[in-house]
Amino acid sequence: MSGKKKRPVSRKETTALSLLCFGLIIGFWCLASYGRWVDEIFLPTPTAVLGRIVEMAKDGSLWANCRESISRVMIGWIWSVLIALPMGMLMANSKRVSAFVQPIIEFARYLPVVALVPLTLLYLGIEETQKYTIIFLGTFFQLVLMVCDTVSSVDRNMINAALTLGAGRFQVYREVIFPAALPGLMDDFRLTVGWAWTYLVVAEMVAASNGLGFMILRSQRYLATDTIFAGLLLIGLIGLITDWLFRLLSRAVAPWQERLGDKK
Amino acid sequence: MSGNEKLRVRALGRVYGEGAQAVTALQDVDLTVRESEFVMIVGPSGCGKTTLINIIGGLDEQTSGEVLLDGKPVCAPGADRGMVFQGYSLFPWLTVQKNVEFGLKMKKVPAAERAQRAKEYIDLVGLGGFENALPRQLSGGMKQRAAIARTLANEPEVLLMDEPFGALDAQTRVVMQELLAGISRKKHPTILFITHDIDEAVLLGDRIYVMSRRPGTIRDVIEVDIPGERNHHSLVRPEFIAVKEKIMEMLWQESMDAASGR
Ligand SMILES: Nc1ncnc2c1ncn2[C@@H]1O[C@H](COP(=O)(O)OP(=O)(O)OP(=O)(O)O)[C@@H](O)[C@H]1O
Ligand SMILES: [Mg+2]
Repeated sequence: MSGKKKRPVSRKETTALSLLCFGLIIGFWCLASYGRWVDEIFLPTPTAVLGRIVEMAKDGSLWANCRESISRVMIGWIWSVLIALPMGMLMANSKRVSAFVQPIIEFARYLPVVALVPLTLLYLGIEETQKYTIIFLGTFFQLVLMVCDTVSSVDRNMINAALTLGAGRFQVYREVIFPAALPGLMDDFRLTVGWAWTYLVVAEMVAASNGLGFMILRSQRYLATDTIFAGLLLIGLIGLITDWLFRLLSRAVAPWQERLGDKK
Repeated sequence: MSGNEKLRVRALGRVYGEGAQAVTALQDVDLTVRESEFVMIVGPSGCGKTTLINIIGGLDEQTSGEVLLDGKPVCAPGADRGMVFQGYSLFPWLTVQKNVEFGLKMKKVPAAERAQRAKEYIDLVGLGGFENALPRQLSGGMKQRAAIARTLANEPEVLLMDEPFGALDAQTRVVMQELLAGISRKKHPTILFITHDIDEAVLLGDRIYVMSRRPGTIRDVIEVDIPGERNHHSLVRPEFIAVKEKIMEMLWQESMDAASGR
C-alpha cells in the first residue's frame, strides 16, 4: 500500500543537498574553466579567482571595499527600517493613516530605483548620503507595505483578549501587536536587507570610488574577469551570512514561534 | 440566585451593512444576569450569539439599545467584563504563568502579588506544574483552562464565555464543564455563557435564554431550578431531561418556523 510513504527529511540530508547544489555548480565551473571550454577572459578559473581574493586580502583592499559596502547597506537600510516600522504599524491600525499614505506608497514602489539615480546625483552629488538614499528608496516603500501586512495579520482574537483584560491602546501595541508580529517582521527585514544589497551595487556602480560594486565596475574596464568574479562571490557570501544571522536572530527574539518545516 | 442585577441588556439591536445588503444580526434582545448567577444562552449557529457577547464585551457596537453593567452603560472593552473566546486566544510568546498574569500586569499590580494570584488561579483550573509551559506545548483542553485562569485572575465583574468548549472533544468537554461548575460553586462568579450544546446549557445554567435566528432575538427563558451539585450523571435524571426536552422543543419549533418562511 504505502510504497511511497513520505519519509521525514533529516537536518543532515538537507545540509547535504544544499552543499551538493553548490558542489555541482563549482564542479561545472571547474570543468568549463580548467577544461578550456570557455575563454579565460570570460570565465576565470577558481584558482585565479581565489588567488585574486587572497591578493586583495593582502593589500587591504578586500576589507576596505567590504567595509564600505556593508556600512552603506546597513545605514541606508536601518533608516528605512526606523521609518517603515512605526509607519507600517500605524497604517495597519488606522484606516485614516492608511488612506492618506497608501496610494503614494503604492505609486512610489513601482518607480525603478535605477530611474531615480540621476535625480539623487543631481540633488545629493556623489556623497555617501546619495548611496544611503538609493538604498533607502529601494527598500522603504516595499518595507512599509510588508510591515503593514504583517501587522494586519496579527490574530484579532489576541488583540480582543488583551482589550478585555484591560489593556489600553498603547499597551496593546507594545504587549501584543509587536511581539505577535515580531517573527513576521524579522522575515520582512531579512528580505529587504537582501534587496538593499542589490541597490548598493547600483549605487556604487554609478558614482563611487570604493566598495564592491565599484570594484566590479572598474574591473570590467580592464577585463579583469577574475576580480569581477571575486566581487560577485564576496557579495553572495556576505548575503548568505547576513541571511543566516537574521535567521539566528529571529530564533533568538521569537523562540516560541513554530515554523512550517520545523522538526518535531 | 436572586442577587442584585449585575448585567442588563435592553432592546439591543445590531445591523451589519447598509441598504440592500443589510443583515439584521440582532433585534430587540433583552436579558438580565444577576450577581453570582450562571446564565446560559443557547441558539443555533449564526443566530448572533457571538455578536451579542462581543457587544456586551465592548468589542463590537450595537446599532440600537444599550448594555448596562451595575446600571451604567458600557461601550468600550474593559477589565470589568472578562471574556473567554470561541477560539484559542492565549499569547503564544508567553508562558502559562505570564499569560495568566497579563491582565494584572496591565493594571500594574506589583510583580510578587501578580505571581501569587496567577498561581492561585492556575491551580484552580488544574494546570499546576505547567506554569512555565508555552501555549503550543498544551493540548486544546489545557489551553482553554489557561484562558479561563487568565480571565478569572483578573477578577472581572462578569465573565463572558463564547462557546469556550466548542472546539474540544466530548470527553474533554465534560471534564471542563465539571471544572467550571466546581469553580462556580467555589467562587460564585457572575457568568454569561454561550453555547449551542443543550446538554451544556442544562448542566451549567441557573437560567437559560433560548435564541432564535434571523433576526437573532431571545425566544424564551427557562429557569433551571434544580438545587444541588451537578455533574455529567445529572443529565440522565428526569428533571434535567424535562428541561432538555423543553429547550429542544423550542429549537425544533424555531427551525420549523424558519423552514416554512416564518
Ligand atoms: N462583521 C460582520 N459583517 C457582516 N455580517 C456579520 C458580521 N459578523 C457577523 N455577521 C452576521 O451576523 C450573524 C450572526 O453571526 P454570529 O457570529 O454572531 O453568530 P453565532 O451565533 O455566534 O454563530 P456560531 O454559533 O456559528 O458561532 C450571521 O448571519 C453573520 O453572517
Ligand atoms: Mg459564535
